[in-house]
Amino acid sequence: MEHDIVMRTQGLTKVYTMGKTEVHALQGIDLTIDRGEMIAIVGASGSGKSTLMNIIGCLDYPTSGTYYLDGVHLENLSRNELADIRNSKIGFVFQGFNLLSRTTALENVELPLLYDRSKRKIAIRKTAEEALERVGLGDRMDHEPNELSGGQQQRVAIARALVTNPSILLADEPTGNLDSKTSVEVLTLFQELHSQGMTVLLITHESDVAHCTQRIIELRDGKIIHDKHIQQEMADMTTSTEAPASLDPDLDS
Amino acid sequence: MKGSTLIKIASQSILKNKMRTMLTMLGIVIGVGAVIVMVAIGQGAQSQIQEQINTLGTNMIVVTPGSSRQGGVSRGAQSYNRLTIKDSEKIKRESLFVSAVSPVVFSRTQVIGGQGNWRTTINGVSTDYQIIRNWDMKYGRFFDQSELRQMRRVMVLGHTVAENLFPDEDPVGLTVQVRNVPVEIIGVLEPKGQTASGNDQDDVVFAPYTTVQTRLSGWSRIFQILASTPSSRDIPAAQEEIRAIMRESHGISRFAEDGFTVRNQNDLAEAEQGTTEVMTLLLAAIASISLLVGGIGIMNIMLVSVTERTREIGIRMAIGARGRDVLTQFLVESIVMSVLGGLIGIGIGFAGSSILSQLTGWNTVTSPTTIMIALAFSAGVGIFFGFYPARKAAALNPIEALRHE
Ligand SMILES: Nc1ncnc2c1ncn2[C@@H]1O[C@H](COP(=O)(O)OP(=O)(O)O)[C@@H](O)[C@H]1O
Ligand SMILES: [Mg+2]
Repeated sequence: MEHDIVMRTQGLTKVYTMGKTEVHALQGIDLTIDRGEMIAIVGASGSGKSTLMNIIGCLDYPTSGTYYLDGVHLENLSRNELADIRNSKIGFVFQGFNLLSRTTALENVELPLLYDRSKRKIAIRKTAEEALERVGLGDRMDHEPNELSGGQQQRVAIARALVTNPSILLADEPTGNLDSKTSVEVLTLFQELHSQGMTVLLITHESDVAHCTQRIIELRDGKIIHDKHIQQEMADMTTSTEAPASLDPDLDS
Repeated sequence: MKGSTLIKIASQSILKNKMRTMLTMLGIVIGVGAVIVMVAIGQGAQSQIQEQINTLGTNMIVVTPGSSRQGGVSRGAQSYNRLTIKDSEKIKRESLFVSAVSPVVFSRTQVIGGQGNWRTTINGVSTDYQIIRNWDMKYGRFFDQSELRQMRRVMVLGHTVAENLFPDEDPVGLTVQVRNVPVEIIGVLEPKGQTASGNDQDDVVFAPYTTVQTRLSGWSRIFQILASTPSSRDIPAAQEEIRAIMRESHGISRFAEDGFTVRNQNDLAEAEQGTTEVMTLLLAAIASISLLVGGIGIMNIMLVSVTERTREIGIRMAIGARGRDVLTQFLVESIVMSVLGGLIGIGIGFAGSSILSQLTGWNTVTSPTTIMIALAFSAGVGIFFGFYPARKAAALNPIEALRHE
């Protein structure tokens, strides 16, 4: 089977320096993601999941290591170049939704298109409306975040991430602020997008993992300790959820 | 990013925070409004003085006896040359630039007739006087050359005198008594109003200088000689020429002082113009301080809003806004607010000026220049005071901004 690689990292490290103490948040991450994959990242609080996600999402620089996105080696990039990559290739969904308040769902979803620099012609309003319809909010376009439920707000955020048709959709604990019923709905939405061909990488609690993914990566102390494809290793998966030391529910929200 | 997109983003943000926007604009509104009103008052005073100067006459030159003080300091003994009818005639005869010349003989006197008597100034002048002062008749006519030559007892009344002695009546053809001499009224002048220093220009009567000197006062001193040129361009040349003629007429030796002074009407007005200019500047300066305070208010609110909106900035950056986009957004917001505030301030300033002039009777002048300057100034305030907060916002790190609560 031919592999179409979306992104690849090699020896990615990240060191946070706070005064005299150094935190080695990532210690050599080698990760390759194919186009169309859906991957869950799990791991205890403080294991480096968000740090990895921020680097993949071009929100932060790694301390060392290489990172290829869409076949392009991202190195020595300026703040502006990173911003442009975030705009065109990355769709980021946050735990806390991060919508602009007092701004309608439609305006929120239009926002990434306003910052588009690719000079391609986009029908901003129409594209944004389509994205909202894709997440099932065609009838909530003129609602502001405070008029929407948590699950609906997260759907708006997902529409905003989708609207630029990114190479990869990243989500850092997208269900962390949602009740379990809504969480399932949102994860099902990710699943749908994945089945439509979108590459999805999400950080999640292992309790939700069963609902959604084909591949699970587990981090501990800044290293990948498990990387398994679920179809082949369904049995392993079941056992590992029962291992309390490695798969503590995330407590850092 | 396209300009229209930028305006869209900035105006969305401005409209979404109406309270914040209004408070920010308030400072600029008050500042610009105050500047407009202050400048309107100052310019009003200036234009009023200019108007009063124009009532003096057209292209008028005034010769007075005695040297003028140079820069306010007297240089030794003042030389003093009396003016004579001969001087006036010589100027009239020899000057190339001057088209009208009149001596002014001056005396205080009582005029009796009509409703009683009135104490006023009697001026003995030549027929050119009316041309020099550019003074129209209300009734009758000015005296003519033959009346001057024959020292006829004829008189032209200033408006105030006519009003007091013959209210609501055309007195032409009637007779008044001046120092027990009957004098025929042949005309009444149109009113000219007050001088800049508050003297009533219409409280005066005119008669041929020949008549005044011989029959009415026996007072033959010439108080001043007035002259005028057809065009304002000729004034400096005419002044020089008059000076030369006067020196010759009095046989003044080469190094001696003039002993007389030749000025034009603008020289006369300059002192007073200067005062109002200083006043306008002072008023504008005071008002500018309030504009400055308004600007600092903008900066203050923009700075607070950078902190308040850190998360928003983080979100914008996370979805692809460059630092520059954020900078321009904040800058445009600040400029839009200050220009909007400036426009409202201009409206309020105009309304305030006209209300003020109605309440106090002061003359106020609002000009397009004032509007342009006020607008440019408020945009400048927006850029200047918006830049620092905008740069601060643009320099934020997206992750830290997103983590901000
Ligand atoms: N900005 C930061 N400065 C210093 N240390 C940080 C920073 N962000 C994360 N860390 C540290 O890096 C480690 C990994 O953090 P994080 O990636 O947030 O873990 P996770 O998302 O898996 O809970 C933790 O020990 C955390 O304290
Ligand atoms: Mg995390």
